[in-house]
Amino acid sequence: MDFQFIADTVLSLLAGVPKTLQLAVISISSGAVLAVILASLRLYGPWPVRTLVRGYVFAFRGTPLLVQIFLIYYGLGQLSAVRHSFLWVYLREPFWCAVLALALNTAAYGAEIIRGGILSVPYGQVEAAWACGMSGFKTFRRIIFPIALRQALPAYSNEIILMVKSTSLASIITLMEITGIAYKIISETYNAVPVFVCAGGIYLLINFIVTRVLQYFERRLTPHLRRNPDDSKKTKGQIKGAPIG
Amino acid sequence: MSGTDFFSVMGFGPEGWGGLMLRAALMSVAIAASGFLIGMVFGSLVCWARLSRSATARLLADAYATVLRGVPDLLVIYLLYFGGSAVLSRVGAMFGSSGFVSAPTFATGALAIGCVSGAYQSEVLRGAFLSIQTGQLEAGRAYGMKTMLLLRRIVVPQLVRYALPGMENVWQLVLKESALISVIGLVELMRQSAIGSGSTNQPFYFYVTAALLFLAISSVTGWGFRRVEAHAFRGVRRA
Repeated sequence: MDFQFIADTVLSLLAGVPKTLQLAVISISSGAVLAVILASLRLYGPWPVRTLVRGYVFAFRGTPLLVQIFLIYYGLGQLSAVRHSFLWVYLREPFWCAVLALALNTAAYGAEIIRGGILSVPYGQVEAAWACGMSGFKTFRRIIFPIALRQALPAYSNEIILMVKSTSLASIITLMEITGIAYKIISETYNAVPVFVCAGGIYLLINFIVTRVLQYFERRLTPHLRRNPDDSKKTKGQIKGAPIG
Repeated sequence: MSGTDFFSVMGFGPEGWGGLMLRAALMSVAIAASGFLIGMVFGSLVCWARLSRSATARLLADAYATVLRGVPDLLVIYLLYFGGSAVLSRVGAMFGSSGFVSAPTFATGALAIGCVSGAYQSEVLRGAFLSIQTGQLEAGRAYGMKTMLLLRRIVVPQLVRYALPGMENVWQLVLKESALISVIGLVELMRQSAIGSGSTNQPFYFYVTAALLFLAISSVTGWGFRRVEAHAFRGVRRA
């Protein structure tokens, strides 16, 4: 085995990590915001809006991400309205095209996950909130959304992992993130296996860390499912006083 | 060029790209279906290994599933394509040809999709197998069924039933993944769109058409899966 080659490969691949993380963080966070908006519109909006959101989700979940990236990167430039708008400054950059495509894509999947979470909120909790005199929005903010988030987190974790992997598609529109650099090294040296092992290892490591962080959040959000809810030593927000009965 | 509006570019006349796009769509379905079937073979083997008593087999199968589900599909495609080409070039050099021998794109693509979807399918199959009640297996054994007969009469019919919804998910993933095979030069929908937009300068029309064709394929096959599911669940009461 050629250790010098492997060391060089790892070093060049690590240079692509910041770009991969940038793509992932920007698109996942903006996609999540959009997903919450879409899910609320899909559930509470007037029917034309609901239909529109359904169409959006259908279109973005039914077509490959690569089509979406190409449509935005190559396709939008064909429309002169886009070329002459202020958005062109961003849309001619492959980075922002990739971020836009990834965010729109994950928003469609995320909207369905969050909708599922909202629908799984027990209705008695909503009624209890109304009985306490909460308004519609306050009920959503304080009761429905936190419970829905907790229900949706495992599925959303999956989506986040998928997104980290999907950032590799940005390499096709010339972005030099991890996969882009791997492709360059492989096509120059034809030494596919070691490059694959190194690049794959970096992705596995990123995903391992992401999974651990998400597991931590999941644990924090579900103290009621733990056998010993007190074991995290965080007792701050707890209601003090003797139990009733 | 006869016209630059959508319908003359995508038409079926001598100047239109409609026929080529439809043929490319068939190619997408063919590569996705072959990959899915290869994945079924891999998935069954990996599932079998994960449920086996041997700790080594379980470890290997777990590692396979973890790696292929945690690494971007694009990397797997590059690995198989460039790795395969390197091997073929070396074999070619042995027989006196000098230079680059490219790996066959269809076979490489189908194999890549098969490897990745096999990891997902093994999970689906494992879940389905575990939801078969052990009592039924014990009952089959008690009747003196040999393993093969037990598999054929008790396990597989129920496995199909429990695995179908998950398999549909994997199929939809595979169909979308087939677009990635365009990077190694197979002329399926994405590659054909790239060729068409290169020669007409109308990328928007081509990628919109590709998106619509993908939507059509996934809708039709989704409907097919639901038909099969209805058949597999006949006579079963569901909530």
